[in-house]
Amino acid sequence: MESNLKVIDKKVERRTFLKKIAILALAPIAFGLLGATDKLKTVKKWMLKNGYVPSNHKWGMGIDINKCIGCGRCAVACKNENNVPKVPFFFRTWVERYRIYENGEVQVESPNGSIDGFSNLSNSNRKLLRSFFVPKICNHCDNPPCVQVCPVGATFIGEDGVILVDSDYCVGCRYCIQACPYGARFLHPETHTAEKCTFCYHRIVQDKVPACVEVCPTQARVFGELTKKSSPLVRFLRMNKIGILKPSLNTEPKVYYANLDVEVK
Amino acid sequence: MEELIQHLTPILKEVWGYIFPNEIELHWGILIVLYPYLTGLVAGAFILASLVKVFNVKELQPTYRLAMLTAMAFLIVAPLPLLGHLGHPEKSYEILITPNSASAMAMFGFVYAWYLMAVLCLEIWFEYRRDIILWAQKETGIKKWIHKIISLFSKDISEKAIHFDKKWVKIITIIGIPSAFLLHGYVGFIFGSIKANPWWSSVLMPIVFLFSAIVSGIAMVLILYMIITPIRGKELDIVCLDKLASYLFYAMIIDFSLEALDFIHRIYESEESINILAYLVSNKLFISLIVIQLFMGMLIPLAMISLIKIFKAPSDLKKMVYFISAILVQVGIFSTRWNIVIGGQLFSKSFRGLTVYKITFFGLEGFFASVVIFCLPFVLLYLLTKILPPWEEARNP
Repeated sequence: MESNLKVIDKKVERRTFLKKIAILALAPIAFGLLGATDKLKTVKKWMLKNGYVPSNHKWGMGIDINKCIGCGRCAVACKNENNVPKVPFFFRTWVERYRIYENGEVQVESPNGSIDGFSNLSNSNRKLLRSFFVPKICNHCDNPPCVQVCPVGATFIGEDGVILVDSDYCVGCRYCIQACPYGARFLHPETHTAEKCTFCYHRIVQDKVPACVEVCPTQARVFGELTKKSSPLVRFLRMNKIGILKPSLNTEPKVYYANLDVEVK
Repeated sequence: MEELIQHLTPILKEVWGYIFPNEIELHWGILIVLYPYLTGLVAGAFILASLVKVFNVKELQPTYRLAMLTAMAFLIVAPLPLLGHLGHPEKSYEILITPNSASAMAMFGFVYAWYLMAVLCLEIWFEYRRDIILWAQKETGIKKWIHKIISLFSKDISEKAIHFDKKWVKIITIIGIPSAFLLHGYVGFIFGSIKANPWWSSVLMPIVFLFSAIVSGIAMVLILYMIITPIRGKELDIVCLDKLASYLFYAMIIDFSLEALDFIHRIYESEESINILAYLVSNKLFISLIVIQLFMGMLIPLAMISLIKIFKAPSDLKKMVYFISAILVQVGIFSTRWNIVIGGQLFSKSFRGLTVYKITFFGLEGFFASVVIFCLPFVLLYLLTKILPPWEEARNP
């Protein structure tokens, strides 16, 4: 009888021991989660102070390729507004020029992201079939591969549909850069964290449009709500035939192109 | 920042076709080539060791403990290239405390910890326990204490206890095989699950990684065994070598078939990316993929080992061929990792252009840092063999 009791005692001891081990092992995760929720609260407070409620919005962008003249003002404005290093390796937005010749050859370029302007066409002997400019930007996908792969959850999709990076959390592993099919991300050379277009989040929470939209002289870019009927973006989507980039990847972009050409990838 | 700009500016001129402006900086360099190479050696060496314990391949007994220590030495070093590559290594603990459950990379810490603590450390401890206790009894001074501490002050070497040890070595090995598959298959998944990159995105990637890992692990243990044994003034066990070479051969056949399948499948499906990938293979990767990975690292060793087997060569010739084959295989597998990691970043996701990879020599992500990281496991292995001699004669009767 006594020995039986001892066995039971031992079993109980083992159980409490295992429990303690489990608590010890899980404690850092719990603390981490507490820290993360704390942080979320401060962000929410900041936004509410500005009268901005993310869940009331769903942002997107429309780009009319026929309207873009390739002036590159958007790329310049973006760099100024968002402190993007002014060297030709880092862009939150850029403009590509496509030239499609009669022999089927396609030439694409974006010298310094369009900031330096494009070379003259007249020197070419080949016959041009069609040519156009395509502004590129983070697509703020509803099914974002970058968010999926981030090991620490530093990049996330907000309730308003905008994909953001929390640079305090980003460890700089660059997995999100590899996962983005659109080349929209880069590693900031000074902060060593991932960077990308935020739709100028600091502006949209104050009811302003992103810098690139603001400066576009031809209104090729339209920014607005996706779910409100009165929004200029909804009108854009109603009035145009719409294309998105790389639809086969099922990323569900919220940047919509009017008059998109088959050659644009 | 100035340094980076100086590094990137000349690359602008070497770009072929059109690449997205953010793609001029190539993000995963030589350190990330080293990482799958090192973990592959871990998984491979462990699988080789498990052949002895689970599948009872007695001929490989002389390399069993060496293989375990090799796996350990490489596993300890494996996270270093990852850490060195992070923009913020000081924040790396976040991967453990706030992991994103959707991220394959977030699982790294858990897979690694599981493999290190639950598999390798435990198996080595149970395997060596009796010997460590007996060594500690004979020794004096610091060595005695090291062994006492490693044995966790256990003293029981009764038959029952030894039987218990043996049973657990077997159980851990059985758990260890899927764990080794997990460890390296997972590394393959990190690349294979990136749908944005057609060079990586393949369901075969984890399996190809796994078999190339087994190939590299067997070849590495073979090389180590063939170098260390003569240095120790001992005779090479030719039966063991034959067996090692046979398993190397089988693993290479599977690895080759899988890679061939992947290759044929890509060409046959001929998706949107096929033109740029074909251009990539025939230009930038021609030397490292066709010449080094395929011919030097695969076909030549396969041919050499088969000839030796068919014509029943004398043992001296055999040894030479095995050794050269294993070295070629190592170079080939390193090249495989290079072609996957670097190759996958040389073409633009616009599928319209190629960029170049310029390796730097100094700095944390440079050539010298990677040479140091590559040499570290061998230093560690040397230390491990001092503390836990894997040799037959060190075993207590």
